[in-house]
Amino acid sequence: MRRALAGCIALSLSAAPVGVFMMLRRMSLMGDAMAHAILPGVAIGFLLFGLEILPMSIGGMLAGLLVAVSAGLVARGTALKEDASLAAFYLISLSLGVLIVSLKGSSVDLMHVLFGSVLALDDEALIVVGAAATISIAGLSLILRPLVAECVDPGFLSAMHGPGTTAYLVFLMLVVLNLVAGFQALGTLLAVGIMVLPAAAARFWMRRLFGMIGVAVLVAIVSCVLGLLVSYHLRLASGPSITLVAGGLYLVSLVVGPVGGVLWQLLPHRHRAA
Amino acid sequence: MVSKPSAPRIAISNVTLGYEGHPAVHHLDGAVAPGSMTAVVGPNGSGKSTLLKGIVGLLKPIEGHIDVEGLGHREISYLPQQASIDRSFPISVAEMASLGLWSRRGAFGGVSVSDREHVARAISAVGLRGFEDRTLDTLSGGQLQRVLFARVLVQDSPLILLDEPFNAIDANTAADLMGVIERWHREKRTIIAVMHDLELAKERFPHALLLAREAIAWGTRKTSLRRPIFSKHARCPNAGMITHRGVNAKPADVPL
Repeated sequence: MRRALAGCIALSLSAAPVGVFMMLRRMSLMGDAMAHAILPGVAIGFLLFGLEILPMSIGGMLAGLLVAVSAGLVARGTALKEDASLAAFYLISLSLGVLIVSLKGSSVDLMHVLFGSVLALDDEALIVVGAAATISIAGLSLILRPLVAECVDPGFLSAMHGPGTTAYLVFLMLVVLNLVAGFQALGTLLAVGIMVLPAAAARFWMRRLFGMIGVAVLVAIVSCVLGLLVSYHLRLASGPSITLVAGGLYLVSLVVGPVGGVLWQLLPHRHRAA
Repeated sequence: MVSKPSAPRIAISNVTLGYEGHPAVHHLDGAVAPGSMTAVVGPNGSGKSTLLKGIVGLLKPIEGHIDVEGLGHREISYLPQQASIDRSFPISVAEMASLGLWSRRGAFGGVSVSDREHVARAISAVGLRGFEDRTLDTLSGGQLQRVLFARVLVQDSPLILLDEPFNAIDANTAADLMGVIERWHREKRTIIAVMHDLELAKERFPHALLLAREAIAWGTRKTSLRRPIFSKHARCPNAGMITHRGVNAKPADVPL
């Protein structure tokens, strides 16, 4: 349980900030597609080595990067837009992944890969999650300025001949890295939940970027702690438990959040001086 | 201390610019003098914005070349049209203006106290003191344009390219921003502004380039924006109508 908690907090610290940028770039659904895209790599790792975290993580990382880079290049180099390009790649990946897992494993194995088992985190898995989180936080800090410039004014960054494409590709790698770090705990399908839901909740509490990141991390950590407790005591799957708590916090934020929340919109406001 | 680069001369030699092989500006030949202030006028689809993209290096000429003498692309201040800006992104006025430090600080350089003071002075100069912490989504179109001018001020470049700086803003804001442009001109910076308002170009810009996918006239405002030019080229072959009052567009067949 303590290992699970440590793993989930590390994941919250790295995945939630990446999730905020995914939301701000309108890429939340793209994250979901990427979560599907890592499946064939995880499945090949599973096929060759069984339920071993390292080969499955490396396989997932490679598959995710291949799909992310291919989809990005197709979107930037052809008439196809990014959403359609990514959808095509992830559908191929998902089908391939399920087929590979079913070649060797049982439906229990498939459920483990798809929905995770955070309480089964061993030391090796914890090291993988911790290393991924460290790389992710450092990577995001490095690309922060070009990423912000690329999000808010890509025309300006192009004129400065700034590293917009590099920042974008590194960001895609960080998305994949966090999905891979999250799949052991939450499963491939729900790993994106700890990225997207805290970010969406934070949007209703903060107006500025760093405030949003702080709240998203907090929501992610609270979701992990509460989700793990629920999962442990009620013997429920950990991935859906954590994601549902995050979903609950999102719904609460949607209603009572002071930045565009439903209740705040219904209440009369006094205007500011300027 | 590193000396500032002086205002550059821009040499344009038989330049054709376009998109995916489709020319938007044909065989343009000429030069922009250092420290000059030029209005580029013409109808929609005449290649005005395309020309600026060519000068700033966003678009490689299909033919010919553009030489911005003594200045790297990163040292050019370029104000694009507001359409490319995501106003919902949660950054403040001060942070947006601070992007102008890019040419000096790059992607990773630290921001000093004097940089912050420079940004604060720029925001104040465009009349937005007190707005530093406001996010972009709370600003009007005119206020956002002031922020973009503050960013240009922070860049402190000897070459400033403005793409329709007065589009969709009120008369007061336009007058204030025109004052900022004239201040840059007094500081001997080279300025090129794309605009639709011929009257403003004639009144306030010493030089003008009348463009309709090719140069119709280029020189001082007296020679390039005089009435016979308009009557002679009242309907340009590849673009819309040009009249002595302004430019009327027809749907452009070239993306700008």
